[in-house]
Amino acid sequence: MKEEKEAWDDIISPRHNLLSLNLKEVWRYRDLLRMFVKRDFVTFYKQTILGPIWFFIQPIFTTIIYTFVFGNFAGISTDEVPPVLFYMAGITCWNYFADSLNKTATTFTTNQQIFGKVYFPRLVVPLSIITSNLMKFGIQLALFLALFAYFLLTGAPIQPNATILLLPYLILMMALLGLGLGLIITSMTTKYRDLTFLLQFGVQLLMYGTPVIYPLSTVPEKYQWLVQINPMTTVIETFKYAFLGKGYFSWSYLGLSSIGILMLLMAGILIFNKTEKNFMDTV
Amino acid sequence: MSKTVIKVENLSKQYRLGQVGTGTLSHDLNRWWARVRGKEDPFKKVTATNDRTVADGSEYVWALKDINFEVKEGEILGIIGKNGAGKSTLLKILSKVTGPTTGTIKTKGRIASLLEVGTGFHPEMTGRENIFMNGTLNGMNRHEIRAKLDEIVDFAGVAKYLDTPTKRYSSGMTVRLGFAVAAFLEPEILVVDEVLAVGDAEFQKKAIGKMQDVSKGEGRTVLFVSHNMAAIQSLCVRLMVLNQGNISFDGATLSGINYYLSNDSFNVECKSLTERTDRSGGHNFRFETIAIYDGDIEVDKLISGGSYEFRLGFSLKHPESIAAIRMIFRDSEGFIRILCNSSIVSNDNLVLSAAGYYQFHFLIHKFPLPAGNYSIDLASFSIQTEEDNIEKAIMIDVEDGDFYGNGRLPRLKHGVLIEYTGHLIT
Repeated sequence: MKEEKEAWDDIISPRHNLLSLNLKEVWRYRDLLRMFVKRDFVTFYKQTILGPIWFFIQPIFTTIIYTFVFGNFAGISTDEVPPVLFYMAGITCWNYFADSLNKTATTFTTNQQIFGKVYFPRLVVPLSIITSNLMKFGIQLALFLALFAYFLLTGAPIQPNATILLLPYLILMMALLGLGLGLIITSMTTKYRDLTFLLQFGVQLLMYGTPVIYPLSTVPEKYQWLVQINPMTTVIETFKYAFLGKGYFSWSYLGLSSIGILMLLMAGILIFNKTEKNFMDTV
Repeated sequence: MSKTVIKVENLSKQYRLGQVGTGTLSHDLNRWWARVRGKEDPFKKVTATNDRTVADGSEYVWALKDINFEVKEGEILGIIGKNGAGKSTLLKILSKVTGPTTGTIKTKGRIASLLEVGTGFHPEMTGRENIFMNGTLNGMNRHEIRAKLDEIVDFAGVAKYLDTPTKRYSSGMTVRLGFAVAAFLEPEILVVDEVLAVGDAEFQKKAIGKMQDVSKGEGRTVLFVSHNMAAIQSLCVRLMVLNQGNISFDGATLSGINYYLSNDSFNVECKSLTERTDRSGGHNFRFETIAIYDGDIEVDKLISGGSYEFRLGFSLKHPESIAAIRMIFRDSEGFIRILCNSSIVSNDNLVLSAAGYYQFHFLIHKFPLPAGNYSIDLASFSIQTEEDNIEKAIMIDVEDGDFYGNGRLPRLKHGVLIEYTGHLIT
């Protein structure tokens, strides 16, 4: 039976090669990803009165509250940028990252029903999450752009520049960062549920450690490195620099952050791959 | 010549008992430390078999232990076993939902598993959207699904409701839709868990027929796990019986079913009637044993349509003329389903002219009770008086069998099964 050695299509075994990412298989299941995104879209505003308007309400109200609390009461500088625009820029970016992270971080626990019944490359689920979150992000970005156009026409002190062209890349960075961190957390929560609690306020705390509601320039010199090792700092500062002309932008920081995100993503996919095989026994 | 499409070698699966989460970190560290030193996993040494009735204090248990088997192309293999015998674990590993602890499974061709009907259905989505959802979950792409959409809708019989959210569907419709998608997956290997238990009789027939077509007509392999003996009998050629994580039988379906029914001993609660004190009478005539035989084999579990001999053993202190020995089958609610009385089938009184031990046998050629739990009451009467009477002398467990020789059974488990015919008069 020598010829049979080559003939098997699939071999199920306990050993798992850490580096077998099997992205080909993920690609084969791309229609499933479409269906997941479609499901999210179809089911999001079913049986709501306001429907997709909810996508607007959240950032608008957050912006208003931030403007009052941080801008008017606390008096935190916005680098002479109109506060509404400043907060909206930060919130739009942060929301996408935080939503992606929060949802991918519960991949295993929320989908155990499906995962327990049928096999498919599990990576499809977190990928579909960051994809369907793009939709919400798109709507919020449109809101920001409308506001941006208004302030531009009324002559507010903002200086958009060619860095705007980096926007697609910034979105990619946010998506992959949310994905990478989410994969690591969801893999570890299958065994250690403590992380779900940590995540809930961790994301909130991280927002204050990221220049969302304050410009990086207001951070004291000796603490700036602490804020800057966070790749989201780079993304948001670059975003603000591109649209508002105020912020911190340097190619080397962008490069370093990209490398950091890539490493997190690799680690995330590796841990996720290792977990997906037996998580049904521990979840 | 048919080739081997599934080859399972030394497959084992270990589960951790008790609460996962307490002490996992320390176990993980122990494991890691053992691996660093190149030693064997300290927790794989525990060799408890999977017998849930015995508590032996070990924390790990083998749900499957060193399973080996092969499946040939086009074969329909049935898998049966008690709850906890490892059936579901085996199916889960085969469908890659979870991984094995040791051993390998080698497969040829695409495997589709139906561990549940309609996985991924979202109640807010329409029937059409859910077909695509479920189909893509099972590895089809949208072009394949679109090409088969009409067939799927037709098979499920939901054409009218295709664009209605499935939350408005009846549960039967949802099941039909789910099965229809699965039936048109066209995998080389189909793994089916007990999904036929739902849906109406007409649909069950259709589903079994479809599975037969899949195997016979198209040369596909089917692995089928069920408690439904009727379905197993009419569908499978080969049967595997799992017991405590091991394969205890592998062979022809009929002998497999007999093996399973006769070896399953936990269903009988009280076999010896001699110690029973909850009886009236029993001073002279005393029931001592009751045993059920299928031919020469004693069985504990019955199937509808089987031929069984009920052997009643009794002792007698003084010579006596017995007018009747009566056996009553009651269902779990206490209603009488069958009544067998010796005075009806034998003309004369049973004249027993000496003390001693006797047996009386009732033979039921085609056992008519549908699946369920029943109890048997025994009573005997002399000409003047009641001699002995034991209620619930034995509990019996009846499983669905192929009573009508075509794999079909009424869905309602009431009354008894009888042979009849039906004609349309025009």
